[in-house]
Order: sequence, then structure tokens, then C-alpha cells
Amino acid sequence: MSRATSLVSTEWVQENLSNKNVVFVEVDEDTTLYEKGHIDGAITFHWREDLQDGLIRDLISKEKFEALLSKNGISNDSTVVLYGGNNNWFATYAFWYFKIYGHQDVRLIDGGRKLWELKGLPLVTEVPTRTASRYVAKERDNSIRAFRDQVIASIGIKNIVDVRSPAEFSGELAAPAHLPQEGGQIKGHIPGAKNIPWSKAANEDGTFRSNEELAELYKAAGVDFAKETIAYCRIGERSAFSWFVLHELLDLQNVTNYDGSWTEYGSLVGVPVAVGA
Amino acid sequence: MRTCGATPGGPDLAGVDLANQTVIQGAVLRGGVSDGVPNGAPVGNAYVRLLDSNGEFTAEVPTNSEGQFRFFAAPGSWTVVVLAHGAREEVKVQAQKGTPIDLVINI
Repeated sequence: MSRATSLVSTEWVQENLSNKNVVFVEVDEDTTLYEKGHIDGAITFHWREDLQDGLIRDLISKEKFEALLSKNGISNDSTVVLYGGNNNWFATYAFWYFKIYGHQDVRLIDGGRKLWELKGLPLVTEVPTRTASRYVAKERDNSIRAFRDQVIASIGIKNIVDVRSPAEFSGELAAPAHLPQEGGQIKGHIPGAKNIPWSKAANEDGTFRSNEELAELYKAAGVDFAKETIAYCRIGERSAFSWFVLHELLDLQNVTNYDGSWTEYGSLVGVPVAVGA
Repeated sequence: MRTCGATPGGPDLAGVDLANQTVIQGAVLRGGVSDGVPNGAPVGNAYVRLLDSNGEFTAEVPTNSEGQFRFFAAPGSWTVVVLAHGAREEVKVQAQKGTPIDLVINI
């Protein structure tokens, strides 16, 4: 749980492409990207079909997670290396997911698919065949996950970090600007939340800023590292990115991701809401 | 390549509720000749970032195989930044509801 154990460089990836203990997994918002080309040997998880329950709004069950990893030949002692498009949003969500189910060695490619492409590194279309394994997951670790009642009870007490864009935070937009502006929720943010967009933690090429810059970013915005911190966004992926920054890179243990996020909070009856910057 | 027929630009707007959406879209082309007629090869693996009037990041999309991208924004001034292997371009736009911004960006 530090930069050294959670993050790998594109150079490390190139050196470990044939390492049998390493499993590269691409997780994208745009699920057609993998088909167009991926890192040699990488498999893919579909963020919705593979990682959402489908019937109720929740993570997949422990049994389904075990089946997913077993089917893809991932063992309990595999080094799982995640990456994806969109600055690793969905890959960090998958990282958080692997931590929820207690996987020992999971890492993220710094810069993700974007840096790989901007560097002009090779992508292939062959889908690897992997021998099935027998994966055994741990019970869910909810110490890194926040639920709505905890969030409501935390207003004015804990750090609440809204990692959406300023326009979504203020109530100008209801969703990121690459998505249609629909949705049943009202617009705005949780009162007292600090707006620290996920993007401020990343460089333009998708890599993370230095730990010194990251710590200054959150402190300058009024986050007290001595207190617990809850990160949220619209559906829990961008906040998984910021959770990764706080929990993994800055090694803060009292950080949770509220994956219900604004699509849940903004639909609740009677909860307090703030608008404006 | 010289384009022939359809004028390059963003994806087809059929089905988009232009009365209620503020669309900023376009196409990224490489190797074009600047002669007033959009031309060049579509760049299908570029990343397009949308920055608000304060220069704050708002969204990012990869281009499709036709080099096209689209944002649903709000009325106001925005900056579109294109990142591709070995290239970076910025374009400032003034967006409004009803009339989509359709850009052709040569890198």
C-alpha cells in the first residue's frame, strides 16, 4: 500500500510481459477498446457485465468474483496488473474491487492505456487463452467502502471529497461532459464536501502527480488527514481513482469510496444538498 | 488522403436532442494540407480533453476509428485539447445550445 507496491510503470510492464505470475487485466468504460487492441497477453473485465450484480445495485457476490477470477486463470498468488482507458477510472475501480475481496498483490499501470498509446507502444488483438484456476476470495472488506447512512452521518464530521468536475459539483451539469445530461437525480453536492476533481491528481498523460504534489493538493483544499475521508463522484469510478490516490499512493488507511455516489445521494428524499462552487 | 463526399467533422447528429444539449464535437486528422478543405487521415487513437473556462479539466474521450469525438457540455467558453502520439493541439470554442460546434483539428 504505497506507490512502490501499487503502481508499475510502462517500462516495468514491457519487462514483465512474459512473466507467468503476472496477469494483465484491461478494464475500460468504453468496452470496445479491448477488441481494437490491448497489451499483449492481457485479458479484459467488462465493468458492467462482469463487475456489477445486474439484478440489484451492488458488487458481484464473493462466489461470482471467485468464478470470474477462476475462469480467467487468476490465482490467489497471481500479481494482477490493471490498466484501462479514461485515465484508469475503471481500472482503479477494479483495483478497489480486488482489495474489497482481499487479493494480495494487485497493481495499476501508471498512465494506463492512454500513456501506453501516447508512447506508441504495441497493442495486439489476439485474445489469450488461460487455464482455469481455483480462486478463493476473502469476505468483503467494507473498511474501504462507504454506505449512504455513513455518508449522511459524516456531514460536518469527516472529510467528504467530491471528485467530480467543478461544473457537476456546482450543479451546472448532471454528468461528465462526455455523457448526455440526463438522470433522475437533482443536481448539486453533499454539504461541506470539498471539490477536488480526480483530474487534479493526474498529469495530462494520465500518470499520477508526485506524492508531495498530491498531499499538498488535498491539504490546500482543506482535507484534514487526521480525520476519516469519504470520496464520491457520480457512480463510484472516478472516486475509486481518488480513493487509490489517498489510500494507496499517500498510504492513508482511513479512506473509503462511496460507490453509491451522486446517483444514489442525489435521488434520496430529504437529505441536505448544496449548490454553487 | 483527400476526403471526398462527406465533409469531415464529428459523429452524425441524428438522434441527438440539439434543442436541449450543448454539443462540442469534431474530428482529428493527421497529415492534412491546410488549403481550406478539411483533409488528412483520421486519427483513431487520440485523446480529446475538454477544459472549462478556468482551464479545469471537465472530460476526456478517445477518438473513434473515424477520428471523431463528442462532448455534451453547457453553454459557455471551453478549450478542446487533443493528445496523440507525438502531437498536442488546443482549440478554444464558445458553445451554445441548439447549434453544435463541429471542429476539424489537424495534428
